[in-house]
Amino acid sequence: MLEVRELRKSFGSFEAVKGVSFTVNKGEVLGFLGPNGAGKTTTMRMITGFLPPSAGTAIVNGHDITTHPVQAKGQIGYLPENAPSYDSMTVTDFLGFTAEVRGFRGSERRDRVEAAIKQCRLEGVRRQAIDTLSKGYRQRTCFAQAILHDPPILIMDEPTDGLDPNQKFVVREMIRKMAAQKIIVISTHILEEVDSVCTRAIIIANGTIVANGTPQELRSKSPTGRLDDVFRRLTIGGEEARND
Amino acid sequence: MTSARNVTAVFKRELRSYFESPVAYVFLVVFLALTGFLTFSVTQFYERRTADLQPFFFWHPWVYLLLVPAATMGLWAEERRRHSIELLLTMPITLSQAVLGKFLAAWLFLAIALGLTFPVVLTTMYLGKPDMGVVLCGYVGSLMMAGACVSVGMLTSSLTRSQVISFVLALVFCLLLLIAGWPPVTGFFTRWAPNWLVNGVAAFSLMPHFESMQRGVLDLRDIVYYACVMIFMVAATNVALDSRKSA
Repeated sequence: MLEVRELRKSFGSFEAVKGVSFTVNKGEVLGFLGPNGAGKTTTMRMITGFLPPSAGTAIVNGHDITTHPVQAKGQIGYLPENAPSYDSMTVTDFLGFTAEVRGFRGSERRDRVEAAIKQCRLEGVRRQAIDTLSKGYRQRTCFAQAILHDPPILIMDEPTDGLDPNQKFVVREMIRKMAAQKIIVISTHILEEVDSVCTRAIIIANGTIVANGTPQELRSKSPTGRLDDVFRRLTIGGEEARND
Repeated sequence: MTSARNVTAVFKRELRSYFESPVAYVFLVVFLALTGFLTFSVTQFYERRTADLQPFFFWHPWVYLLLVPAATMGLWAEERRRHSIELLLTMPITLSQAVLGKFLAAWLFLAIALGLTFPVVLTTMYLGKPDMGVVLCGYVGSLMMAGACVSVGMLTSSLTRSQVISFVLALVFCLLLLIAGWPPVTGFFTRWAPNWLVNGVAAFSLMPHFESMQRGVLDLRDIVYYACVMIFMVAATNVALDSRKSA
């Protein structure tokens, strides 16, 4: 179980995340929605242990990220925004490094790398340096490092951002395949993604949660029954939404 | 046990990344060409007709001054610019393991460069009978000097996303450490500062510790001095990264 308790983050006098709490259980795919700058990435960075929260914490399968970061981080697979990686390395070397840091040695390490390459369909580019790959392959390489250790919790920051429709389809397929066994959190501002993969969605605006429910429940909040309208009404305020 | 494994994993990746790009080869060629040129042409190694490596080691601090910042400028600046730091630090390792792994990799890379100067030793052995104890001591001193410069370079790399800024800061910082005991610098202080301060500043200099080792004097105090510089800089890198990523 992933339990986020009253997470807060301030940068100087600016409070980016103002007390976010939610829980996600196994088998759930949580869509984390919000306009750009709403605090999605900051929240994810706190859950994954990259940024220390100003207050609050996240309990990752029983491990507190603020007091036992190494154990908590071991439970998570993380795909950061824009899928960063070590550009000069080949796909195989990069995944080998990830496997090593994740504690795999010898033949187990090789097997893990092979399995991840196969699962993300990277066979054709495995010996290529990452900086020579297309955006879709880079995304999948970073995705491969996130699932290589078969983590119970998968956190992805805009996993389909900038991909073409075919590549989006592939990524969503992979997410759907894993959904039953894992806790998955996906941040996105693409609403169609919520309908295609998420079992539940949270809408965040200005650092606070403004809605939390299944896609159907969210839709019912708007007379038109469309997610876009709910999203606009909740994130830019009623007045502005009516005027456009 | 796991912490040693994590340090090793980061260390191996970092060392490999030097050799995956042309950076390592350009660096090694320039390092060897520069030390060779300075030793044989500028300090006239042959004309001295003495079988020792003084003219060789004499140049090391200045070559390090120029080249070590280039070898270390990417250590953290590049990770931050490309956001791979987010990947690295969300893996089950601690920040200090990552810092230590990177430092050791950069230091070993410099050690490889230093090791490749072995033909200079062979030449000296062919021409005369150098005191191998003194030669070895000089190499140990040079290695420690390189480590100190690497640790400074890693610190400046952690302070910025820009490799150029990191390079310039490391160069200035290393230069200050090198010339802190130099008379024109101490002279500047003696005019207005009390004696203890002048001596204090001079004691920070990397130079005197290296000079005694060049002469073949292996003093534990010199080793401890270099170790302290490195430990301090590595710890400072840790603090700098920890506070910057949360800011």
